[in-house]
Amino acid sequence: MKIADFDLYKDLLYERSGLDITPDKSYLLDSRLTPIAKKWGYHSLEAMSVSLRALPDPELVKEIVDAMTTNETSFYRDIRPFENFENVVLPYIIENAQRGKTLRIWCAACSTGQEPYSLAMILKEKQAELGGRRIEIVATDISDRVLNTARQGIYSQFEVQRGLPVTKLVRFFKQVEDKWQINDEIKAMVNYRNFNLLESMASLGKFDVVLCRNVLIYFDTKTKAKVLEGISNQMEQDGFLFLGGAETVLGVTDTFSSIKDVRGLYAKTGQHGTVAKTTMVGTGAGAGF
Amino acid sequence: MKSCLVVDDSRVVRKVARRIMEDLGFSCDEAEDGQVAYEKCQVSMPDSILLDWNMPVMSGIEFLEKLRMLDNGDSPRVVFCTTENDIQHIQRALEAGANEYIMKPFDSDIIETKFRQIGLL
Repeated sequence: MKIADFDLYKDLLYERSGLDITPDKSYLLDSRLTPIAKKWGYHSLEAMSVSLRALPDPELVKEIVDAMTTNETSFYRDIRPFENFENVVLPYIIENAQRGKTLRIWCAACSTGQEPYSLAMILKEKQAELGGRRIEIVATDISDRVLNTARQGIYSQFEVQRGLPVTKLVRFFKQVEDKWQINDEIKAMVNYRNFNLLESMASLGKFDVVLCRNVLIYFDTKTKAKVLEGISNQMEQDGFLFLGGAETVLGVTDTFSSIKDVRGLYAKTGQHGTVAKTTMVGTGAGAGF
Repeated sequence: MKSCLVVDDSRVVRKVARRIMEDLGFSCDEAEDGQVAYEKCQVSMPDSILLDWNMPVMSGIEFLEKLRMLDNGDSPRVVFCTTENDIQHIQRALEAGANEYIMKPFDSDIIETKFRQIGLL
C-alpha cells in the first residue's frame, strides 16, 4: 500500500473512531478492508481510496470503521473484574444507596453484549440485597453490526462456553435450536445505543460504574486523555471505573487513580482512598472502604 | 499436582482430553466406561473427572449418581464433556451432582475455562 493511501485510512480511522493505526499494522488494513473494497465494486484499496478522497460515502466510511474495530469479548471475560464488581463495588453501592436513585452502569464499547449481560446476571442474583433498586445498564458501541447481535442476545454453543458457568446458562438462557438466547428479563436490563467515544458524552447522563475495558489500548495518549476526561464528567463523584488489564491511567491523566489492591479498578482521585500516583510516595493510603 | 480421571469410550477423545489436561498441570488416568471409572474411584478418588455421557456398560450419568453415593464420593469435581447438548440433559447432570458441563466439540480454551470456574486452576 502506498504511503499516501495508508495515511488516508489512518487519518480517517483516527478522526472517526480514535483508532491509532501504526505502520506495523498496515497488514490489518489489507486483510480487513480488501473484502469491503470488493463489496463496493473497487478492484483494490487504492481504488477505494481515490473515491474516499473525492466524495466519501458515509455508509462506506461506517463499514471501514466497523471492520477495523476489534470486537473480542466473552462472558465474564478475565473473570477478576466481575469478581471485583460483585465483591468490592456492589457492597459499597448497597451500603451507600440513596433512596429512589437508579443504579446506572455504562459499558463503553460493549461489542456483542457479553459484558453487559454478565453484569446484568450478577445484579439479578443480587436483587434481594439491592432492595428493589432500579437498575439501568447502558451499553454502547460504535458498530451497529455488533449492537444488533447484542440486542438479539443469541449466542453460539462455543460462545456460551467461554466464561459462562453452566448454572447461569441454565438459569438465564433458553435454547433456540443449536443456539442460546439470553432471557427477556436480563435483556430488559440493558439499553443499547450506538455511540462514538470521541463525541460529547453529556447525553448519556451520570453513572455509578463505568466499564471501558480493552478500548484505550487502541488509542494514542491524547485520545486516551480525552476519553477519560469525558468519562470522568459522566461519573458520579464516588463512581467506579474499570479498565482492561493492560490499561492504565498513569501518564495519561490525574483525574483517576487506581484503587489500592484492586487491579483494574479506578476512582476519581481522592475517592475511595485513592491518591494520585505522583503524590502517593510515602502516604501509605489505602482503599478505605 | 491435581489428578483427573478422563472417562470416555472414544480412545481419540481420551487422548486429546488427556493431553489438554496434562498441559494444564494435571496428572491423568483414563477409563473407557462408567464401570471402569467407578472401580478406579473405589480404589483412589481423583480430584476431578472429565466425563462423557453415552458409553457402553455404564453411562456417565449412572456413574455420577453411583459416585456421589460413595464415601468421599462428593469430593471430585465432575465436568461432563458430551454431545448431549440440550438443556434437559444439562439440568439432569447438575441435579446428579455435576459441577460443570462442556458441550462437544470442545477445545483447550473451553476446558481451561471450565476447570478455572470450578476452582481447580
